[in-house]
Amino acid sequence: MSEITNFKLCDLVDKIKKKELSSKEITEAFINRSQKSTILNSYISDNFDDAINRAKEFDSKPNLNKKIPGIPMAVKDLFCTKNLRTTAGSKILENFIPTYESTVTQNILDQGGIIIGKLNCDEFAMGSSNETSYYGIVQNPISENLVPGGSSGGSSSALAAKLTPATIGTDTGGSIRQPASFTGTVGLKPTYGSCSRYGIVAFASSLDQAGPMTHDVKDCALLLEVMSSYDAKDSTSVDFVRGNYLNDLSDNIKGKKIGIPKEYRVDGMPKEIERLWEKGIKIIKDNGGDIIDISLPNTNYALPTYYIVAPAEASSNLARYDGVKYGFRSKGENLIDMYEKTRSEGFGDEVKRRIMIGTYVLSSGYYDAYYLKAQKVRRLIKNDFDEAYKKVDAILTPSTPSSAFKIGEKLNDPVSMYLNDIFTVPINLAGLPAISLPGGHDINGFPLGLQVIGKAFDEQTILNIAYSIEKNIGYKNNINDWWIK
Amino acid sequence: MTIDLKTVKHISKLSRISIEEEKAKKLSNDLNSIFKFIEKLNELDTSNTEALTSIAETTLKLRKDKIDSINIREDILKNSPDKNKDFFVVPKVVE
Repeated sequence: MSEITNFKLCDLVDKIKKKELSSKEITEAFINRSQKSTILNSYISDNFDDAINRAKEFDSKPNLNKKIPGIPMAVKDLFCTKNLRTTAGSKILENFIPTYESTVTQNILDQGGIIIGKLNCDEFAMGSSNETSYYGIVQNPISENLVPGGSSGGSSSALAAKLTPATIGTDTGGSIRQPASFTGTVGLKPTYGSCSRYGIVAFASSLDQAGPMTHDVKDCALLLEVMSSYDAKDSTSVDFVRGNYLNDLSDNIKGKKIGIPKEYRVDGMPKEIERLWEKGIKIIKDNGGDIIDISLPNTNYALPTYYIVAPAEASSNLARYDGVKYGFRSKGENLIDMYEKTRSEGFGDEVKRRIMIGTYVLSSGYYDAYYLKAQKVRRLIKNDFDEAYKKVDAILTPSTPSSAFKIGEKLNDPVSMYLNDIFTVPINLAGLPAISLPGGHDINGFPLGLQVIGKAFDEQTILNIAYSIEKNIGYKNNINDWWIK
Repeated sequence: MTIDLKTVKHISKLSRISIEEEKAKKLSNDLNSIFKFIEKLNELDTSNTEALTSIAETTLKLRKDKIDSINIREDILKNSPDKNKDFFVVPKVVE
């Protein structure tokens, strides 16, 4: 059985279509490996029994015209799944059973996918290390006591450990790309408006996007095709013609202009990251791409902007958790006391911190100084990209300023934790697509990622550039299954 | 600008999140270091810049106001921490 879990998503689709493997065989293989991997704590809830039944059902009358026929997949526990507990990593949603399905998971089901479980994440996706989850920390399969990144840390861990052939995450400030980078996997944040936000537990609505997390760029193209759709149920969903991302995937990047922003060379960045970036630049040149120096002058203001905009939107989105209609409720002497105790006991420290930042920056007397100011700077950051894209087709940067860190290392210093997202946050503020792909290792052997940022709705170009880099960079994940006894 | 204990308590009230005295102190320290970091934005002159409220700067689309989920009352009430027949129950608000 063990070799089945070594196959990538596209290989498994191929094997199902050629009838070399059944959905039941594949589903059982990933479930078995998941059951042997509980130490990683990648899952919050499993759907194993139901998944096996669905796999059998698929095998009894297989529809091979689907994009992911009979393929099992575990998904981040931020996507509402009908009749399957959805917690968002929070105590406040510990017993929440959605009565509806998120559009993205519905798309996965419609294309033949089978949900095998819900994956751990930082509480309400607020975190960069998966240490804020009420359901416990998650281990990075790369090495013991290493964080898997966050907030999609259960997703990156489960994918790298081969507990699922591919997965989906959400990315508000880097929550797909940073964990992908920390685990040597591929993660793509689509253009804002590409994947429907309907049924995703909301964090910061103007920044949130769902995206694929996979072993390689080919799988990423396929899963993006499955996920992305116009959806009337999301008022910010954009009705554009989606590409045939997999079919049109090409490593031919001849004549493509790729920008290198000087502001992304930050002090104290490990030499290996600098070297990896150079390696990426060389591959692009060798393949006929043009490297062009560009400037994104307001890069340094992106994180402070993000830490006003995201908490402000979060404080508003999370106002719904009042202990009345669903979720955890604490006893109170009166209605207000009940609200205050419910929210105090139901939310974790990081979530409370962000709600309070958001409440403060939106409060009377501070709105103009903080929130309005941040929205103006957000415009400047977007303008930087608009200017750059007059000269280039895409932008190449490192994904993160460091490799994965030890569990507990940054927990007591929120600002140092926030700095992790320095290269990913500007992209969310500008609503652009970006992909992170693994490229090398640091001195400890921990993975490092490169990020390719594209023009709005031009996912194909960044997939192609990433594909070309992937083919030439020779990256391999060294995972020795240390957690399996 | 510093966020003192009094301000922390005020925000806690506005956020409807009760907070213990000792935690309030730690929170005030955290918030101060975060706001110190945020205040970097004051270096920029934005007097002539228009605010960007949403990246999708289009008119939001309207859809037909029609019901497409029916007979889900029971499922919805199942998630409620306290209910009575078809109602959500909250602590008494009217004397």
